[in-house]
Parts: sequence; C-alpha cells; structure tokens
Amino acid sequence: MKQILVCVLLCAISAGSFAQPVFMTRNGKISFFSKTPIENIEATNNEVTSLLDIEKGELVFAVLVKSFRFDKALMEEHFNENYLESSKYPKATFNGKILNLSKVNFKVSGTYEIEVGGDLTIHGVKQYQTATGTIIVSPDKFEASSRFVIKLADHKIEIPALVAEKISKTVEINVNCIYAPK
Amino acid sequence: MSIVFMRLNNKLSLIGILLFVSSLHATSYGQDLMDMLDKETEKQSKPDYVTATFKTTRLINGHSVENVAKGVLDFRISHRFGFLSDGAYELFGLDQASMRMGFDYGLTKRWMIGVGRSTYQKQFDGFTKYKLLSQVSGGMPITVSATAGIMYKSLKFDTPDRENFLTSKMYYSAQLLIGRKFSESLSLQLMPTLIHYNLATGINDPNDVFSVGAGGRMKLNKRVSLNAEYYYQIPGHQISGATNSLALGFDIETGGHVFQLNVTNSTGMTERSFISETTGNFFKGDIRFGFTISRVFTIVTPRY
Repeated sequence: MKQILVCVLLCAISAGSFAQPVFMTRNGKISFFSKTPIENIEATNNEVTSLLDIEKGELVFAVLVKSFRFDKALMEEHFNENYLESSKYPKATFNGKILNLSKVNFKVSGTYEIEVGGDLTIHGVKQYQTATGTIIVSPDKFEASSRFVIKLADHKIEIPALVAEKISKTVEINVNCIYAPK
Repeated sequence: MSIVFMRLNNKLSLIGILLFVSSLHATSYGQDLMDMLDKETEKQSKPDYVTATFKTTRLINGHSVENVAKGVLDFRISHRFGFLSDGAYELFGLDQASMRMGFDYGLTKRWMIGVGRSTYQKQFDGFTKYKLLSQVSGGMPITVSATAGIMYKSLKFDTPDRENFLTSKMYYSAQLLIGRKFSESLSLQLMPTLIHYNLATGINDPNDVFSVGAGGRMKLNKRVSLNAEYYYQIPGHQISGATNSLALGFDIETGGHVFQLNVTNSTGMTERSFISETTGNFFKGDIRFGFTISRVFTIVTPRY
C-alpha cells in the first residue's frame, strides 16, 4: 500500500514537471486582402486551429479553405471552385517555428516581436514562408498576430488570362490567434 | 519503475497507473505537433457540403438544384429566337425573339423566390424553391429541392363573348429536383414534374400534365460547362400535339456573370410553356438558338 502511494506521488510530481508546453486555439482568425482595380477581394476565416509549443517554439496552423467567408457569395464560390480548388485541397496548413525564440519570455507579460518561418501549404503546394509578427504574453493567454504577403504563383493558383490584369498577383494575409493552455 | 510495479499485489491499480503514466507521456512529449493538430481538426470536422453542383439556378430552361445565396439578387434576361427551320427569310430565326426578364432572390441559404415576365403570351410568373436535402461528401448522396410555380397568361381571352374567368389563364407547376455532383466535372439531375391547367387547352387535353426531366452538366474547363436537359412527358398525360422539350447548351462564367448559350425546340421559358407546350421537333430542324445572361447583385451583405 505504501508503495502505491509512493508511486502515485511520483507520478503526480512528474505530471507537474511535464506541465503542458502546448497552447491552442480553435477559433483563430485569418483574413486576406487583395486590392484590384475593379473590386477588392477579401475574406475571413474564424475557425483556424493552431498549436503553439512554447518550449520548442513550434507553431502549426490548419485552416479549412471552405470556411473562408466573403461578402459576395459568388466570389466565395469562385474562390473555392476555380482558384483554391477546395474539394481537391480542403486544408491549408503551416508547420513552422519561432525563429527568435530566445527573445520571447513566455513567463513575463509583455509584447514581443517574433519572426516565424516554416512550410506554408496552400492549394496543395508547399512553400517556405517567413513572417514577422508580435506575441503579447499575459498571465492566462498568448495573443499572436502577423501580417505577411504571399505570391499566388508560389502556390500554383492560376489566374485566367482574361482577368490577369485585374487580379493582384499577391495577397496580404493577416493572422490573429489567442492561445490558451491545451 | 517496472520492479516497483511487479511487486504490487493489486493488478487493477497497476494497469491504472500504467495508463495514467502513458497518457501523461503521450501528451507531454514524443508526439509531433502536426499530428496533434490533425487530431484537433478531425475532432471539430463539420459536414462537408458539396457546392456548385451546377453553375446557376437553371440547368437550361428549367430549374437546377442550385439556389441563389442569401441576400443575393439574380437578374436574368433570356432570349429564344425563331426556328432554324424558318429559313433564310427569317435569318434562321434571328428575326424573331421571345424574351423573359426575371428577378430571383435568396431569402435564406435554402429558400429562394423569383418573379418574371415573358413576351410569350404576355406571361407573368412567380416561383419558390426550397432545398430539402444537401449532398455531403461522405454522407448524404444527393441534393433534393422542391419548386412550386404559378404562371399567369395576361394575353386577352380569344373568346371575349364567352363568360371568362381570370383563373382560366392560370397555371401551376410543382417539381422535385434530385441532383448529384458525381465528380468535379459531372453532375446529373432528375426532375419529376406536375403541371396543372385550370382550364384544359382542348376538350381532350388533360388538366394535369405529368413529365419526368433528366439533365446534367459536364465541365469542359473551370469556367465552361456543357449542359443537356430533356423532359419526357408521360403518354396519356400530355397535351395533343406537344413534343418533348430538349435543350443543349453551354454555361460560360465570367466574374459576376454567367452566360448560358443554348439550342432548344421550346419557345417559352416557364415550366408550363416549355415542358407541356413545346411543339417543335428538334430533329427536324425546329431548333431555336437562345441565350440567358445572369448577373448577381449582393443586396444584403452577410454578417459573420
């Protein structure tokens, strides 16, 4: 009986020392914006899942392409059908790291500038992407945000010749995630 | 650790502790963050509704299972020219044109309404369409919509000396649309249809015309599809002299517009006029060229 007690105690201690370094959000926000002479193309996705490992500085994202919401229903349909081909490539993902992890102290509240780099997979095409952003550390959560620009050609997203002049070849992406302990 | 465990008498607590320890280890380390993410996204996966079974709310003449989106107005102008068989004097039908102008609006994601006016018999029409079932990938195999339409021929009575009733010029239609997107390029649809005439066309003609439509589309590329639509009238339930409606066409999508180019043996563009009152024989040159332009306007911007 004594041994069981010791064992449970040991486990409890080990559980304490293995405190989850992984933080998560299920409703992160990613929006994109592209300015064109005719009309702006913009959409928002509020169902972004992301995990952040504060020990290793690893950062991963998964986005359902179909969950991007546009003001114009037809634009949303064309985005899914013709450009992102979301039935063929339903998910967009990012698998990367905080490159300057040593400059972020997750135990001290404050705002930290971060650099992130990793594989961004959109439209089934993987591309190494870097971005800068900020992370706001507070006692109960981390709020990360970033703004970066991607090239459509990097992900083999084709623009038909007919509208090539009217659609921007780059898209600005905004990310905002509030992480809580998993 | 294992030696400690071996000494334990109580096997149950041994298993319990082992499970506890292994679960701790599973979540704390040794697992790729990306795998964890995959598990999280699987947990919250929602039904994946199949979208864009057809490019627009009409296959060619008749309805498709598609709806206009909520808060969106679809302005449609359709033309059908004369028969190709009319010859060079009529410039193969281009001298004559029959037109319908229509406004469709999406009340909800599943429910749309529309009104229209045709030059053919100065006809007004209105309809409502409701999506009962939506195809889900890995789930519900079909999309099912129901439509109900009312048509009013405002052309003056050709028997003014007789006692005429306004309702004699009214017609109704009811359709069930059963569609499936088989692949990115192929979608097919079945349309059992009932058309009701308040006043039968002739003494031997029925008040109710039953027919079954079949149609589909094959995408030729991302923005162009080839469509076909055929309505088979059930023998014994059709107006004498009426032929079955056949239409072939292309849907061409350009930004906010969809152009539909077609050839058909039908003149009218409402259910009553093309399903039950087509007279042309497609294979004897009674073919009309026609087109529809659809332009959508977002009236109510969705809130997310």
